Amino acid sequence: MEWAGLLTYGVFFVTVAGIYAVLTLGLNVQFGFTGQINIGIAGFFAVGAYTSAILTTAASDHHLGGFGLPFPIGVAGAMVASALVAVVIGWVTMRLRTDYLAIATIGIAEIIRLALKNEEWLTNGVRGVPAIPRPFSETLEFDTLAGLAGLLPDPLEATVLEVLSGPLGAAVLEVLSGPLVSLVVVLVFLALAWWMVERARVSPWGRVLRAIRENEDGVRAAGKDVVRCRLQAFVLGSAIMGMAGALYANFVGFISPEAFLPLYGTFLVWVMLIAGGAGNNTGALVGAFVIWLLWSATQFLTDALGAEYATQAGALRVLLIGVLLQVILILRPQGLVPENGRKGRH
Amino acid sequence: MSLLTIEGVTGGYGGADILHGVDLRVGPGEIVVIIGPNGAGKSTLMKAAFGLVTIREGAVLFERRDITRLRPDQIVREGVSYVPQERNVFPSMTVHENLEMGAFIRDDDIRPQLDKIYDLFPRLGERRDQVAGSMSGGERQMLAMGRALMLEPKLLLLDEPTAGLSPLFMDQTFERIQSINRTGIGILMVEQNAKQALAICDRGYVLTMGRNRVEDTGASLLANKDVAEMFLGG
Amino acid sequence: MLMDFLQVGLYGVVLGSILTLGAIGVSLIYGILRFAHFAHGDLMALGAYFALSLVVGLGFPVWASAPFAIVAAALAAIAIDQIVYRRLRRVEPVILLISSFGIAIALRSIIQLVWGPHNQVYVKGIQMPWRVGDLIVKPDHVWIVLGAVVLVIALHLFLTRTKTGKAMRAMSDNMDLALVSGIPAERVIMATWAVGGGLAAVAGIFLAMDTRLHPVMGWSVLLPVFAAAILGGIGRPYGAIAGGMVIGMAMELSTMIIDPTYKPAVAFGLMVLMLIVRPQGLFKGNA
Ligand SMILES: Nc1ncnc2c1ncn2[C@@H]1O[C@H](COP(=O)(O)OP(=O)(O)O)[C@@H](O)[C@H]1O
Ligand SMILES: [Mg+2]
Repeated sequence: MEWAGLLTYGVFFVTVAGIYAVLTLGLNVQFGFTGQINIGIAGFFAVGAYTSAILTTAASDHHLGGFGLPFPIGVAGAMVASALVAVVIGWVTMRLRTDYLAIATIGIAEIIRLALKNEEWLTNGVRGVPAIPRPFSETLEFDTLAGLAGLLPDPLEATVLEVLSGPLGAAVLEVLSGPLVSLVVVLVFLALAWWMVERARVSPWGRVLRAIRENEDGVRAAGKDVVRCRLQAFVLGSAIMGMAGALYANFVGFISPEAFLPLYGTFLVWVMLIAGGAGNNTGALVGAFVIWLLWSATQFLTDALGAEYATQAGALRVLLIGVLLQVILILRPQGLVPENGRKGRH
Repeated sequence: MSLLTIEGVTGGYGGADILHGVDLRVGPGEIVVIIGPNGAGKSTLMKAAFGLVTIREGAVLFERRDITRLRPDQIVREGVSYVPQERNVFPSMTVHENLEMGAFIRDDDIRPQLDKIYDLFPRLGERRDQVAGSMSGGERQMLAMGRALMLEPKLLLLDEPTAGLSPLFMDQTFERIQSINRTGIGILMVEQNAKQALAICDRGYVLTMGRNRVEDTGASLLANKDVAEMFLGG
Repeated sequence: MLMDFLQVGLYGVVLGSILTLGAIGVSLIYGILRFAHFAHGDLMALGAYFALSLVVGLGFPVWASAPFAIVAAALAAIAIDQIVYRRLRRVEPVILLISSFGIAIALRSIIQLVWGPHNQVYVKGIQMPWRVGDLIVKPDHVWIVLGAVVLVIALHLFLTRTKTGKAMRAMSDNMDLALVSGIPAERVIMATWAVGGGLAAVAGIFLAMDTRLHPVMGWSVLLPVFAAAILGGIGRPYGAIAGGMVIGMAMELSTMIIDPTYKPAVAFGLMVLMLIVRPQGLFKGNA
């Protein structure tokens, strides 16, 4: 029983860390590659989550839709919606210093959060969107597996069917159709995000982005459309954040505006990228897992202090991570896995 | 004893060296001019004397004191003032405030010095409440020099003080520089208008690619055929 | 209808006064250190809570606790700068931006730890409003507007009459020349944090008087504060006054037409409009 609990926790842990890793990769395209500051990650994450939730849930009187569409369409919709928001924000601010982008992203995230809370027809307000289907859970029902077993030679098929119908089969099915599937789905999309971002990084386009970060005027003098390249990077990063939103919504099954506060949605992602090493995709992954591990570990602080100090313990955890960010920025700004060729700043 | 001594200075902005073992000397009360093609490192040399570039080898002495590793705000206190080539005024502040900022580190009464500057540049006196950003290039150049003089320095570093000025203003500026020099202030300046600059200077240096090429009196440099060919328009 | 308009306009002036005091600090800091200080809203909140300690702990009236809160917030700002920002100054300004976002989150946690997560007020119970014709005027509103006017005048005198104030303008105008003139940059930077932090404390206290104290109050007001600073031309403290008033007015007047929840969206909309048509702001900031 203990093992089962630990296993479930492990699966849960890796799943959430995987979703954070997708967010961190998205931010890496924006900040790591191009030097753009997005303080509204939570907003893009939320747009993705709500888009996918509305697209994939069954029809409901409480919010727009749902449309009962398959999960991949939910993901695609999430990416498109986040990208559209990014185009608007980017179009306004790309010509300016990145400080303006940072402020604009704070603003848009705040407005998105207000809208999620207030536009009940769209999002069901503070009550949130429930019953978001887990991806592919239906494929692992008894019938599917039984169908697959039909491909086996007869005697084997009989045995498999017998096992599947027994108590062991039920247990296996439960795990497979539950958290483990979500984990696999998240990891598959993480791999997809990684592949996109890594390809982008080594492409000529990626080199132009880094050149912009190092010496914008030089790139402009070379005749490249700096604003356009930057906008593309910002939109790509935001689309990936939208993808993370879809994964999140369909993994937890219920979303409400509270889940998209800047603390979880934005701040932790920044700490992850800075800790891992901005500009380096491996660094982004390492940062996401290490910081999520650290953050989860501080949970024990809450347990140690007891329930009556739960809010204080929560604040203390955040404070610790806030201090950690400053320490990294000062002592190891290049992160755990520095980008090739980028020197430490000291 | 010389006022400023630059000995074998090698250094730059952190990347590749711009200066390669440059020597230069300014005696008390001298006007010394640096000429050379664009990108030769003239401005860089000036900044090296003022603690604004990284000096890897060599030394800068001011009145025998080693100032190689001092910061600009410390060098200012030694009695050196510097007028950069560009962006050398505080544009949103008035003429008067610009001059006050020049005297920031003085704690005594600066009014006598302000009066001296307004005497030297009557134009500034007329416009003491005008915002620097709204003045003409020539007036701004005067203001920049005035600001640098507020500390009553022993040595004034001027980087292309006549760049972009009309011929009339240019002549005036050279006259002003001479009258500043007559009060005993040593002057080291970079100039594009080599002919006029060499005419008023005591000694001149020709710098190319971060190295000393020629050093001589102003008159001899004017007479030097190579120099004439390169910088004096034949 | 006209009376409604005047009444809401009055609220606009009150909010504008609060935003102005915050935006001046943001603009001063941007002008000199070249980064958008994202912890400014939480610095405001911190100042408000400092005052709360004196009001609740020692029974001070709010106005008497303000000077202590100003000093405490100024010291806190200087301490943050000396411990964190100063070490990051020589790298790119974007790092300061991220750092200040982290500081914002950390300050908020400290507020939660020390003062708790709940809504609080300085004075319980309802203030008796004055009636001026059909206009309802709360005494607090008068103090807020008067306080802001006095502080803006004091700031103007400081920036134009004192050596340190002029040095701040000089550094904001042309940092290299300021250094070359021998202006002691680190000392002026400290003064900037003191002024910015002190004004933030007053802004926070005023905001708490007008609404309530809450750990997230600072983060929520950050967007309108920056909208005000940008509208006025970031880096231009005088522009922040105009920017604050315009944003405050627009936010309050908008409640006559749209859902008040979306007040921040009005600030955001104006800011975006400004960025499109005139990014340098009304007063030509350092865009
Ligand atoms: N701030 C700087 N950082 C790096 N390189 C610089 C900087 N300023 C000038 N340089 C380089 O130093 C060289 C000499 O420049 P400069 O001293 O300004 O020449 P000059 O004043 O003789 O025209 C040039 O190659 C220029 O590109
Ligand atoms: Mg030059």
